[in-house]
Amino acid sequence: MPLSTVVLDATAMQRALTRIAHEIAERNENSAEVALVGIQRGGVFLARRLAAILPAIWNHPVPVGELDVGMHRDDLDRKTPNMQPTVIPFDITGKTVILVDDVLFSGRTTRAALDALNDFGRPKRIQLAVLVDRGHRELPIKADFVGKNVPTAARERVNVRFAEEGGADEVALEKS
Amino acid sequence: MAWNRKHLLDIQSLNAEEILTVLDTARAFKAVGERAIKKVPALRGKTVVNLFVEPSTRTRISFELAAQRLTADVINFSAEASSLKKGETLKDTARNLEALNTDIIVIRHSASGAPHFLARFLKVSVINAGDGAHEHPTQALLDAFTIREKKGRIEGLNVTILGDILYSRVARSNIWALTKLGAHVTLCGPPTLVPRVFEQIGCRVTHNVDEAIADADIINLLRIQHERQRQTMFPSLGEYTSLFGLNQKRLARTKPDVLIMHPGPINRGVEIDSDVADGGRSVIIEQVTNGLAVRMAALFLINGGQGPQGVAA
Repeated sequence: MPLSTVVLDATAMQRALTRIAHEIAERNENSAEVALVGIQRGGVFLARRLAAILPAIWNHPVPVGELDVGMHRDDLDRKTPNMQPTVIPFDITGKTVILVDDVLFSGRTTRAALDALNDFGRPKRIQLAVLVDRGHRELPIKADFVGKNVPTAARERVNVRFAEEGGADEVALEKS
Repeated sequence: MAWNRKHLLDIQSLNAEEILTVLDTARAFKAVGERAIKKVPALRGKTVVNLFVEPSTRTRISFELAAQRLTADVINFSAEASSLKKGETLKDTARNLEALNTDIIVIRHSASGAPHFLARFLKVSVINAGDGAHEHPTQALLDAFTIREKKGRIEGLNVTILGDILYSRVARSNIWALTKLGAHVTLCGPPTLVPRVFEQIGCRVTHNVDEAIADADIINLLRIQHERQRQTMFPSLGEYTSLFGLNQKRLARTKPDVLIMHPGPINRGVEIDSDVADGGRSVIIEQVTNGLAVRMAALFLINGGQGPQGVAA
């Protein structure tokens, strides 16, 4: 029976997202060129939620895309990821794209996402927003916006649950 | 994750979850085809061999383009211009292709079981692109993909397969896929081409076309396969057309939202009238687009599969 510790409950998760939204607004003066791209699947829920908060700050809607990085992973010889369609219904060229993911770990998903975005255009800049940074980076990648830094052991699991999938928002650390 | 197979040899040995995994993956690859840059690096550095011992244009082109869009290198091998004509066995040909450090062999062969035979001694992955009258798994997967995309589901739908069932690998693969996914399958055609024995694998068999199509949500038409018929199985093509051909008059007695499908090549004026083939209920051309996405998904999944081969001879 794995031991599970809640590191963010629904209220804390919402608070973290509100803070990230304000940090995004602070960092990006030209709000008109900002677009959110969520990494399937958790990042998509988070990107949609940020897109619901940001208009209250900026007084205009923010475009949201969904990116699946499965085809760009570096471990396809070893496993086949479950894939969702990539839908980016706007031109990213010249935009400030904010990549949104739930958990930042090795950095390999972010690396794949940067590659995948290449095929859609040339953004002016790319920033990275994550709900949880759990450390153990294997690539030179750093998040611009972090909901919570959670020190972990490599063997532990970070489980992120979303209300969109049924149940309640929660981030839990599971020791195996 | 519901896919861990190294080969795609048939539909019969797949379970519903595995079939749905291919269809879900194909959705992602269909979106790739709609972009300005239609290529992803998923199979970079891999080599795919199209070993087409039986002639084919559309399936070969579809697999070739699928491999290229995954950034794999592709070799096209056709029997006419090969050492098979000089007496080399299929086993030796395949071993020679494997010795070139290839990764995936896509085989089309007139003998049932040829892909399973290769999978037993090769280390590379094998995909069945049609073996005799046995199976044509990627065709069934693209048909299921098209149905799910258009109807939103497969379970509970009435699918009528009309035409030459006896000699059709497309029919066999479709029957396996559709029944595993919970559709009701009706087979129709001349008694010589649609034997009652298919009732044993859960299909309804009728030789009356109006009865077969009356409650159908999908009508999948099959070409009469002259090349596989050892003797004439019905008096004439003209008689076949008048008894089983799909025309506007027959179509008027079906459900208004019925989908018309056909794996191609179509014989206009034989199994299908031109105005039906080109009409609003026909998804024949969309099947071709979906075929590319499904074959990309198959190559992609096979490449990552490590697990039991699941060889069903």
